[in-house]
Amino acid sequence: MKIVVCVKQVPDTWAEKRLAPSDSTVDRESVDGVINELDEYAIEESLRIKESGQDGADSTVTVLTMGPEKAAESIRKALSMGADAAVHLVDEGLHGSDAVQTSYAIVQALGTLTWDLVVFGSESTDARMSVLPAMVAERLGVPQLSYARKVEITEGTVRIERLTEVGYDVVEGSSPAVVSVVEKINEPRYPSFKGIMAAKKKPLTTLTLADAGIESDRVGLANAPTVVAEFTEAPPRGAGTIVNDEGNGGTKLAEFLASKKFV
Amino acid sequence: MPEILVLVEHADGAPKKVTYELLTLAGSLGEASAVWVGPGGEGAQDVLGQYGAQRLYLAADPELEQYAVAPKAEVLAQLVRDKSPAAVLVSSTAEGKEVAGRLAVRVESGVITDAVGISADLVAEQSIFGGGVVVHSEVRRGTPIFTVRPNSVAPEALSSAGSPTVEQVSVELSDAAKGARVLDRVVEKKGGRPELAEAAIVVSGGRGVGSADGFGVVEQLADALGAAVGASRAATDAGWYPHVNQVGQTGKTVSPQLYVAVGISGAIQHRAGMQTSKTIVAVNKDREAPIFELVDYGVVGDLFAVVPQLTQEIEKRKG
Ligand SMILES: Cc1cc2nc3c(=O)[nH]c(=O)nc-3n(C[C@H](O)[C@H](O)[C@H](O)COP(=O)(O)OP(=O)(O)OC[C@H]3O[C@@H](n4cnc5c(N)ncnc54)[C@H](O)[C@@H]3O)c2cc1C
Ligand SMILES: Nc1ncnc2c1ncn2[C@@H]1O[C@H](COP(=O)(O)O)[C@@H](O)[C@H]1O
Repeated sequence: MKIVVCVKQVPDTWAEKRLAPSDSTVDRESVDGVINELDEYAIEESLRIKESGQDGADSTVTVLTMGPEKAAESIRKALSMGADAAVHLVDEGLHGSDAVQTSYAIVQALGTLTWDLVVFGSESTDARMSVLPAMVAERLGVPQLSYARKVEITEGTVRIERLTEVGYDVVEGSSPAVVSVVEKINEPRYPSFKGIMAAKKKPLTTLTLADAGIESDRVGLANAPTVVAEFTEAPPRGAGTIVNDEGNGGTKLAEFLASKKFV
Repeated sequence: MPEILVLVEHADGAPKKVTYELLTLAGSLGEASAVWVGPGGEGAQDVLGQYGAQRLYLAADPELEQYAVAPKAEVLAQLVRDKSPAAVLVSSTAEGKEVAGRLAVRVESGVITDAVGISADLVAEQSIFGGGVVVHSEVRRGTPIFTVRPNSVAPEALSSAGSPTVEQVSVELSDAAKGARVLDRVVEKKGGRPELAEAAIVVSGGRGVGSADGFGVVEQLADALGAAVGASRAATDAGWYPHVNQVGQTGKTVSPQLYVAVGISGAIQHRAGMQTSKTIVAVNKDREAPIFELVDYGVVGDLFAVVPQLTQEIEKRKG
């Protein structure tokens, strides 16, 4: 089974995220980049499918990242976890692409590869849209098997447990398919020293718009179907009252709630 | 008046509260039309009308419920083509966002997720980076598609509402939409309390609660307040509470009037799901816990002492 795992580099979880005043896009330059947390689970799941040999011995895992030059650091980390190869879609023309455009670009990049399964995280920590797996499945016309907390593959049939508002659905489709995972699914591995050394020799292909057959007027800030009109920093939450419980903490909290008309 | 489509969220034949919120919002933008996918929508005609629906589109074919996500997007796409609405509103749940995403690709429109408000000229307000930045954005291609966060709009029942006109919609599903078959739907929810994403008050327990039994303390407080119960990932991973109650990045995003965090440290992934709550209070024995950075009122102490006392005091005040 040929697996492609989509990995996004995002601003470090704890970094103060901000929008660039010049063009209202996420400021990626001034902060450290890390692999989007949920994408580590996607990488791990892809590696486990490969290692379990569920679908033949010739399985491979290829990382696909769209993002600026800097995203190469995250690609190296994904390779050091054990992925076999990587593709980096990087082009100035992509800057400021919104979700609809990103899904188009990713589908074009997938067109340069052979694959049976495309695995995603279920959400990126910066955009927090959770729409890309669904959009990519729609464009490709393949089954969308998203929000998976469990994935099982038998002879080209992919069965997942999809988290829902009230529990979970068992959903099944045949490969080729799109899968997205939640953090319940596994515990991602740390890269080993050997893995880090091996990653340096693994093939990393970079693609430009032209290489992926992406029409330049269908991506980028200027052509985006959504625009940020303006943004403002929200006023910080006022400092709250914090009391030590001296035997009457519950009563004091009740008084506070009553003063706010919750009781 | 331009037509605004609202995808109805429903369970057991009844619309969820978020649908009334979306209809109210749609009514402020134009004429609201409700779209019901799946059987059973006739019974909701009057109540949808009360919240301003002028039309009700029924896509009642049971086949639509046999596949995940895609059928809803295809029903909406057909209506977008046939009716040329001014906008489409979908609730900002995990599935709602996926439906909106597929729809945007299908009808070649832009999509804005997690709106907390939409103005008459269709500018959406979003609150991003954990509430730190407020963004106003617009869709400038195709039919604007918005997903709207539950609890962003106060639902308004109209005093003089008529019943919406009903139109049956039949949709020929594409083969691609039939690719992901739903074999089974499992409900893990604990019944009897308000639904997490929609509740006005949420009381959540974390690792500090210590065990499944320990959640009794959390549930009693929730019941005294008429609240929904939430949990941190630490608590759901430990199996103390069902995953459907998880609040946070990979659980539900809640935005209630009041959020009560009990024995929760306030990790960034948890905050991602509750940071935009209007009032936040916490009980935690560690004064340094990051949750205290967010609170309007915090008690540093043992939750097993503080919370039962709080519950008792609330019961007393309620009389
Ligand atoms: C990809 C990913 C996704 C995640 N998604 C989520 C998510 O959706 N939601 C989520 O919640 N987390 C999520 N997490 C996990 C998150 O990072 C934290 O690990 C988790 O929120 C911690 O839960 P907690 O606060 O209950 O536990 P802890 O961090 O262990 O905190 C327990 C708190 O209880 C206090 N306490 C203990 N005993 C008592 C007592 N008797 N009285 C009073 N206080 C007491 C302690 O002082 C401590 O502050 C995610 C993590 C990752 C990597
Ligand atoms: N620029 C990107 N390059 C590769 N994968 C991406 C990119 N953006 C998003 N993804 C994938 O899409 C998932 C959902 O992202 P989002 O829809 O932005 O919340 C992520 O977890 C990634 O797997």
